[in-house]
Amino acid sequence: MNIIVCLKQVPDTETQIKIAPDGKSIVTDDIKWIMNPYDEFGVEEALRIKEKFGGEVTVVSLGPKRVTETIRTALAMGADKGILITDDALEGSDSLAVAKALAAAIKDLEYDLIFTGQRGIDEDQGLVGPSLAEMLGIPHVSLVVKVEVAEDGKSVKVERPVEGQTLVIESPLPALLTAQKGLNEPRYASLPGIMKAKKKPLEEKSLADLGLDPSEFGEGARKLKILEITPPPERKAGKIIEGETPQEKAAELARLLHEEAKVI
Amino acid sequence: MAQGVWTIAEQREGEFRKITYEVVSEGRRLADALGQELVAVVLGSNMKDKAGELAQYGADKIIVADDPRLEPYTTDAYTAVLAQVVMEGDPAILLLGASAQGKDLSARLSARLGVAMAQDCTAFSIEDGNLVATRPIYAGKAYAKVTYVNSLPQMATARPNVMAINEPDTSRSAEVVDAAFNLDDAELKTKVVDIIKDEAGKIDLTEADKIVSGGRGMKGPENFKILEELAEVIGAAVGASRSAVDAGWRPHSDQVGQTGKVVSPNLYIACGISGAIQHLAGMSTSKVIVAINKDPDAPIFQKADYGVVADLFDVVPALTEEVKKYIQE
Ligand SMILES: Cc1cc2nc3c(=O)[nH]c(=O)nc-3n(C[C@H](O)[C@H](O)[C@H](O)COP(=O)(O)OP(=O)(O)OC[C@H]3O[C@@H](n4cnc5c(N)ncnc54)[C@H](O)[C@@H]3O)c2cc1C
Ligand SMILES: Nc1ncnc2c1ncn2[C@@H]1O[C@H](COP(=O)(O)O)[C@@H](O)[C@H]1O
Repeated sequence: MNIIVCLKQVPDTETQIKIAPDGKSIVTDDIKWIMNPYDEFGVEEALRIKEKFGGEVTVVSLGPKRVTETIRTALAMGADKGILITDDALEGSDSLAVAKALAAAIKDLEYDLIFTGQRGIDEDQGLVGPSLAEMLGIPHVSLVVKVEVAEDGKSVKVERPVEGQTLVIESPLPALLTAQKGLNEPRYASLPGIMKAKKKPLEEKSLADLGLDPSEFGEGARKLKILEITPPPERKAGKIIEGETPQEKAAELARLLHEEAKVI
Repeated sequence: MAQGVWTIAEQREGEFRKITYEVVSEGRRLADALGQELVAVVLGSNMKDKAGELAQYGADKIIVADDPRLEPYTTDAYTAVLAQVVMEGDPAILLLGASAQGKDLSARLSARLGVAMAQDCTAFSIEDGNLVATRPIYAGKAYAKVTYVNSLPQMATARPNVMAINEPDTSRSAEVVDAAFNLDDAELKTKVVDIIKDEAGKIDLTEADKIVSGGRGMKGPENFKILEELAEVIGAAVGASRSAVDAGWRPHSDQVGQTGKVVSPNLYIACGISGAIQHLAGMSTSKVIVAINKDPDAPIFQKADYGVVADLFDVVPALTEEVKKYIQE
């Protein structure tokens, strides 16, 4: 069973987002970068399937050189090799372009299963997984919280919670799954894992290596154009409810929710 | 030339989901701004009679794709049918709901059409004849305004609970037409083999009008009972912080925050939740926020419209009793 996991490097969740002077991007100077948390579930699931069926786990990421660190983290967790798609011409690409470059890098690899995160916690798009599956011509199931590969390795049965119900879905392989919280508890990289990761193969590919035309990528080729990035609307200062006892406070809160906020 | 605003309806077992009315209503506003037609597309099995209802919310025309293989939803079948119908109809704007189904479908369909997609938008406008969408990014730590370049139809999904639903106008009617499509069984790779329903009456967090959430301050799973009692009285869903989920007190699907569900209810009551940045990111677009916490310095109070500094084990049961007075009125 050969498995590919797509990794996106995103700002740490603690990050306060600062808007750049151009008003169209964010300041990235002081950001601590992490693996998209949903991708950790993908790496973990891939490793568990490999432990059962054998095979190789390859992690693929597209981004600047700093992404090497995130790939190494996945290798330290136990993935076998990494591919970094990196090219100055990719800077500012939209989801469609990212999926196109990933598809070009993945199409000639041998794979049974691909994992992506259900969404990047940066731009909250959740487009790259299904788009990649479309470009590779394979089925996908998004938001999976349980994965069971059939004994013969030819199909997969997954659980996908949607509003109010959970769908149990079967798909032939190869297929792409987008990982959701609840799928598993990702392992930490062990010290020997970190040592070993340094020697694992990590290949870099440019757009030229992938036979792609740089003019179709990057800021200039964006089909989804960012006009402006703004801070969230300010919330007006709230009220601290007065009262001698918790009962009084509860009564006053209920009154305000009814009379002032009109939500009850 | 691409013309008209199209909205994709979402139905389950023959009933439209609330998001459908939200999306059709918003579609009406955009169609009016453009001075163009609003089309609603309904996919399913035996939906033709029901489909006409969308006229009351603003649809001028309703296209129905009727096929037993379109119930229940599968990405494969819906994408195959919609790609054909959309290419044939050539709309300027294609709007879906940002539900689990709508996000999945829009992602695959946009790639098949080779067009840009804006996920989970909270506002739309028309500027110079083009769609401009506003979407929270970094789970609401910032907002991006986006538009489309050489990309038709302009595709977007609308966040549940945000778009106002039009007052149904029973005098309105619309032409209901059959969609023309070919659906080849060979394209249908994924199959729904079972559907496990949540316990009856449970409201999903992303659709809930009100949410009562508990954090580590709840001290244990058994204490969520007091939140459930309050939720029951006010008609709310129960959510949780990651700490409460990671402690195993609540299921993963209940987590609110940057790595959980991003929610926008009318009322969010945070009980025993400190207000870490990752939690705030997931609920700060709620209309009214209430925080109940015994620590006056808890960061949650900076986001709360109403703060109660007290022990939640005293306040929550008392609040449940107090709100009953208003609800019985
Ligand atoms: C990568 C990453 C992703 C994360 N994603 C999320 C996410 O999606 N959602 C999320 O919620 N968190 C997330 N977190 C975790 C987040 O950083 C916090 O750890 C978490 O939100 C804290 O949960 P809490 O407020 O319940 O617990 P605590 O911070 O421990 O707060 C408990 C609060 O309860 C109060 N309290 C205690 N007893 C009482 C009482 N009797 N009455 C009243 N108040 C009481 C205390 O004063 C305190 O303020 C993430 C963290 C990381 C690193
Ligand atoms: N630059 C990238 N490199 C590799 N994988 C990516 C990249 N961008 C997105 N993905 C994958 O697609 C998922 C969803 O991301 P997004 O569509 O950007 O929200 C991520 O969790 C990754 O698995």
